[in-house]
Amino acid sequence: MTTLTNNTTLKEAQTIVVRADGSGTRTQLAELWRYRDLLTCLAMRDVKVRYKQTLLGVAWVVVQPLAMMAVYTAFVGWWMGMSDKTGDVPYPIFVFAGLLPWTFFSTAAQAATSSLVTNGAMLRKIYFPRLIVPLASMGAPLVDFLVSLAVLFMVALAWRPTLVISGLWALPLSVFGMALATTGVGVTLASLTVRYRDFRHICGFLLQVWFYLTPVIYPVSIVPKAVRWLLQFNPMSGPIDAMRAAVTGVPIDVAGLAISAGVSTVLLIVGVKNFSRGERDMADLI
Amino acid sequence: MKTHAIEVQNLSKRYAINGSGEVTLPEALARSASRLLRLSKRSSDVTPTKASEHWALRDVNFAIEPGQAIGIIGRNGAGKSTLLKILSRITHPTTGSVAMRGRVASLLEVGTGFHPELTGRENVFLNGTILGLSRREVKNKLGEIVEFSGIGEFLDTPIKHYSSGMTVRLAFAVAAHLEPEILIVDEVLAVGDAAFASKCLGKMKQVASSGTRTVLFVSHNMAAVQQLCSRAIVLDDGRIVGDGDPSDMVRKHLDICLGSQNNSRDVTDRKRSGDHGKAVRFTRWELLDASGKPAPRLRFGEPITLDMSLHSTQSVQSVVFDLGIHTAEGTLLALVSTQQWPREITFSADQNFHARVRVDDLRLMPGSYCLSLAVRSVQTTLDHVPTAGAIEITPEFFHAGIGPTQHRSLVHTLPTWELNRPAPNTEQPSPPQSGTVILTPSAAAA
Repeated sequence: MTTLTNNTTLKEAQTIVVRADGSGTRTQLAELWRYRDLLTCLAMRDVKVRYKQTLLGVAWVVVQPLAMMAVYTAFVGWWMGMSDKTGDVPYPIFVFAGLLPWTFFSTAAQAATSSLVTNGAMLRKIYFPRLIVPLASMGAPLVDFLVSLAVLFMVALAWRPTLVISGLWALPLSVFGMALATTGVGVTLASLTVRYRDFRHICGFLLQVWFYLTPVIYPVSIVPKAVRWLLQFNPMSGPIDAMRAAVTGVPIDVAGLAISAGVSTVLLIVGVKNFSRGERDMADLI
Repeated sequence: MKTHAIEVQNLSKRYAINGSGEVTLPEALARSASRLLRLSKRSSDVTPTKASEHWALRDVNFAIEPGQAIGIIGRNGAGKSTLLKILSRITHPTTGSVAMRGRVASLLEVGTGFHPELTGRENVFLNGTILGLSRREVKNKLGEIVEFSGIGEFLDTPIKHYSSGMTVRLAFAVAAHLEPEILIVDEVLAVGDAAFASKCLGKMKQVASSGTRTVLFVSHNMAAVQQLCSRAIVLDDGRIVGDGDPSDMVRKHLDICLGSQNNSRDVTDRKRSGDHGKAVRFTRWELLDASGKPAPRLRFGEPITLDMSLHSTQSVQSVVFDLGIHTAEGTLLALVSTQQWPREITFSADQNFHARVRVDDLRLMPGSYCLSLAVRSVQTTLDHVPTAGAIEITPEFFHAGIGPTQHRSLVHTLPTWELNRPAPNTEQPSPPQSGTVILTPSAAAA
């Protein structure tokens, strides 16, 4: 075989030890990092495949959230009168800002849930850190999110440029909180689905219920005071609030965001732990 | 201090049939609930698996020195794939441990992760990173990979438009450019068209003989194992039953396939395919060399002569003999039958019957083959011995006719080639002229 210069990985003297008790087979961050290129390639595969042989191609990314915005504005905002309750912020912008993080959360969590099963053929044939699979499945929803985020900002800037710029600092907080919540839920559901396929069905149902428990199409102010504090424990309510703050300049609920992020972090830790415990059995179960 | 490239100790793997893999959520909840309530001290998840468990590997031990090429052979279900899966870290052992020193690449299939909608180039990157390369490494080798695969201008075409041969060639090209210290390969030689397959075999040989890479190779292709490996391990029923010289191990494997320890030619008590009654029974068979003497094995190119004895207790009319020559894996290579023979064969009651058949036109490649014996009347099978014994063909080195690539084939041919011949249907079919080469069997053998 041809020799390759500059090949640093080859020089690493590595010893792989596999033991029945499972030591040495747990997900390690260093190993995850070594396989980062696989993460990118798998995510890119999903992005590329998604819009191949489609007429509108990437335009779908823009059309879908805009259509959803129109539908909610008509049904919820206008007919059900929700547009009176969003204060200064026009309902279309309010709902668009809420839908973006939610759509990412919902599509990415669903993709992650079924990712290990859909990539089962690969898992049965080759070793790599299994965590790569659910993580990579969030790539395509992330690209969609970023494209629609640009659309959202264009709409918001057209509405009131000064406010948008003053609230911009909340954007990274929102994206971070959203990513944390999605990874936590996605990884947890992914490893559970390998063992019990029931979770594929549970996931869809769960997300539907979750949608109504999250202030996506309504403001927190309409929730009865007695249960309002409960909403703060929703990992997605903080990021959605921060997203609205980012595009409209309304004050951000810092405590709420911190609680959301805290819940998400716990979820992520439990999820990854559960995942790595099931990791070595995955190929046998899929 | 000597370090081994691979060390396997007390390795066992248990699979639970209908075990945890198919537990439904309610069952699991019920289990956890009963565990919580301490109704049945975890008995619920021990008892059902006990009854239906399968040990795919049992107490396997071996060590491989760096640079060795090892073949792993055995029947289907012997545990080869499980062993490879554990070594590849796809699944984990139930007991024991494995230590591997160096970068490991395992190829349990070629083209893992290939996506039909992606182009050849995109798939090379995807497959390469799945196999553990970085994108930069793939980029550096892309030229070589494309050249080896012969894909050329189709590199940027989605592979759904490729022929299956092209896809496999591209996939193998990626795999061939991995540079691990330990390479684990499962049956990937049987890919692509003949020319590409020989290219793959060449590459494998190069890797195996390099002396710097440790190769673990699982195959059903006994000739390839003998060619590539310096040592072979035979697995049967999850255990190692042989470890040593590849030729000896291939013979051992065949013995296991035949279900006998010795290669006895007495088939009176050999296993039958079913209950065919006692009317006619094969008692013995013999392999004869060209001079008509019983021989343990034949030389390559020698006519195959078989002598068989039967005993009949009843008279039977219109008897047909069917002798099958199979590969070690059971593929029927040739059926030597009296079906088309114009003469009527009859057995009388209590008769010892002998038959001899000589086959001149089957040139088996060197290797071990399996003989099956069957005799039937018009409607019913009278006797059928599925594995009557082995027919071994030894290489005949004076016959220079076997090229290295032909070792993968099962039979040898003596073709007559005509080169530079005018195409058929031209006006004047003329006799061979100067510049025309005719190769005939006699010319090749001379």
